[in-house]
Amino acid sequence: MNSRTSWFNVTSVTLGLAFLYLPILLLIIYSFNESRLVTVWAGFSTKWYVELFSNKGLLDAAWVTLRVAFFSATVATVLGTLAAITLVRFGRFYGRTLFSGMIYAPLVMPDVIIGLSLLLLFVSVDFGRGFWTIVLAHITCSMCFVAVVVQSRLVAFDRSLEEAALDLGCPPVKTFFQITLPLIAPAVIAGWMLAFTLSLDDLVIASFTTGPGATTLPMKIYSQVRLGVTPEINAVSTIMIGLVSIGVITASLMTKRRQASRIRAERQAAANR
Amino acid sequence: MAAKAVGPVKRSFAPWRDPASAPFIEFRNVTKRFGDFVAVDDLTLTIYEREFFALLGPSGCGKTTLMRMVAGFDEPTVGEVLLDGQNLAGVPPYRRPTNMMFQSYALFPHMTVEANIAFGLKQDRMPKADIATRVEEMLALVKLTPFAKRKPHQLSGGQKQRVALARSLARKPKVLLLDEPLGALDKKLREDTQFELVDLQQKLGLTFLIVTHDQEEAMTVADRVAVMDQGRIIQVATPAEVYEQPNSRYVADFIGDINLLEGRITVCNDGFIRLDCGVGGGTVEVDQTMDATPGENGWFAIRPEKMTLSLDPPENPTVNCIAGDVWDIGYLGDVSIYHVRLAGGATVKATVTNRTRLVERPISWDDKVWLTWPRDAGIVLTR
Repeated sequence: MNSRTSWFNVTSVTLGLAFLYLPILLLIIYSFNESRLVTVWAGFSTKWYVELFSNKGLLDAAWVTLRVAFFSATVATVLGTLAAITLVRFGRFYGRTLFSGMIYAPLVMPDVIIGLSLLLLFVSVDFGRGFWTIVLAHITCSMCFVAVVVQSRLVAFDRSLEEAALDLGCPPVKTFFQITLPLIAPAVIAGWMLAFTLSLDDLVIASFTTGPGATTLPMKIYSQVRLGVTPEINAVSTIMIGLVSIGVITASLMTKRRQASRIRAERQAAANR
Repeated sequence: MAAKAVGPVKRSFAPWRDPASAPFIEFRNVTKRFGDFVAVDDLTLTIYEREFFALLGPSGCGKTTLMRMVAGFDEPTVGEVLLDGQNLAGVPPYRRPTNMMFQSYALFPHMTVEANIAFGLKQDRMPKADIATRVEEMLALVKLTPFAKRKPHQLSGGQKQRVALARSLARKPKVLLLDEPLGALDKKLREDTQFELVDLQQKLGLTFLIVTHDQEEAMTVADRVAVMDQGRIIQVATPAEVYEQPNSRYVADFIGDINLLEGRITVCNDGFIRLDCGVGGGTVEVDQTMDATPGENGWFAIRPEKMTLSLDPPENPTVNCIAGDVWDIGYLGDVSIYHVRLAGGATVKATVTNRTRLVERPISWDDKVWLTWPRDAGIVLTR
């Protein structure tokens, strides 16, 4: 391995990181700005965070967003997992290519088109638009991501584990819940988290399918920004970034730890034989 | 084959010779097709209770499919499989009184050794206290009691194999199916485990059906061996019979080393056959009774260890004797394998036990040698 740090490597890493994180860093810094003017630094303060928690409009929007994300991620995980199982397990059934194509289409479909077509659907069947239409729309576009994640885990799954359970007298449905599901759980959880974050930051589809009384946080932020960026928005965004970072770091630490203990255990087993 | 000489009980165990004994596992004209591929081809086979039966063959010969039809993972396309008189058609794997030990062991990675062994017992709704006792029994049986709380990834290959064995035996199945059970172990461990398996089978008095491509493994553990090829059974017999009296060139060649000399049958009487093997083989006389007519083509098959290698010509060099030059020598320590090139160009292998501590062997490369054998050493095959 080449561990030399050439000026080229250093420059490209610095530029890359700056490109990705400088805007976010600026946003975090300005959320602690004393001044009401976003672009003028007037000293450190946490007053916008305090103000934020008395801004009922923003808090309501955040609560709606979390609920939408929770429900849509949960349903999308169930449906996406079932779709993945069908694709991996049922071999070549009639219409398989069409089915897999249709499952993966939302991955590449522009959000605007998904949002518009869903809006047309809800209008034509006269479905009252609001909280549940956003949930339905988010399920539609996030279940394909869950399906992809779970499918990749299922492909590597050793079928003989399920056969062993059947062989030991466990009926198929029970086998799924006792053997298959616990073993693909990491992928299912990852799929759920992916669906959750997709729903959390979606603006386009939510705007198309929402109705009165159901405003998500991205919609709220967007509408406020049109009236001018306030430091409050920066504070909300900083909190969201913080939450997401904590989640990602915890997840990666957990996997790393588990890997380390696994390697240790395997070494010990090899030494004991 | 020390395990075969365990005692008089073992030696007299031969239900397949007794027409009155009831079959335990029966394949009746079973055919299994996967699309165009015929995995099992109109196969009929009977296995008896308490038998250790081996299905032996190269990969793709249908042996695993046959076993999976007993376990219930595959259903025959044509024909039926019976277990203890019950037709297994339509019975799902989780309702069959069989258990299988998988090639990959298939231990549940998210459960401890204990929980793995208890899994099948829980499905049977056995009371908790009984499960605990049974699990302890099984752990003691496979000598893994101190490892009860470990997870599978904390075990070595040999330990995993024993957990898999304990798990499949815990429910006291009528038949234990073993799919290449020792394939993943190293040679030394494999040999020890083979004998342990035989002991276990005798102690528990269960019927074992093993699938393997390793002929040594099959011969060591099994009461009877079925040699398979392309979905058919070529020969079913005891290991000794399969080795000493193969019914075809395929079996002779698959089990151990063999020399084949092609010739024409000139005399075929009751208990005596003479074969003319031409330039390379000369005249071969065998004590054997078989159904053949003079003039028919035949192959004389003889194992390398049944020939005597000598630097001096025998008294009668025209019958059961071939001459040639030493072409190559393989020194294995206990034995040496001599490759002898015959006048016709063919090569014959002869094994010589190294009884002395001489480093320089008396027979060396390019020496002219004579190979001789008695009339009961080889066998004439016509297919």
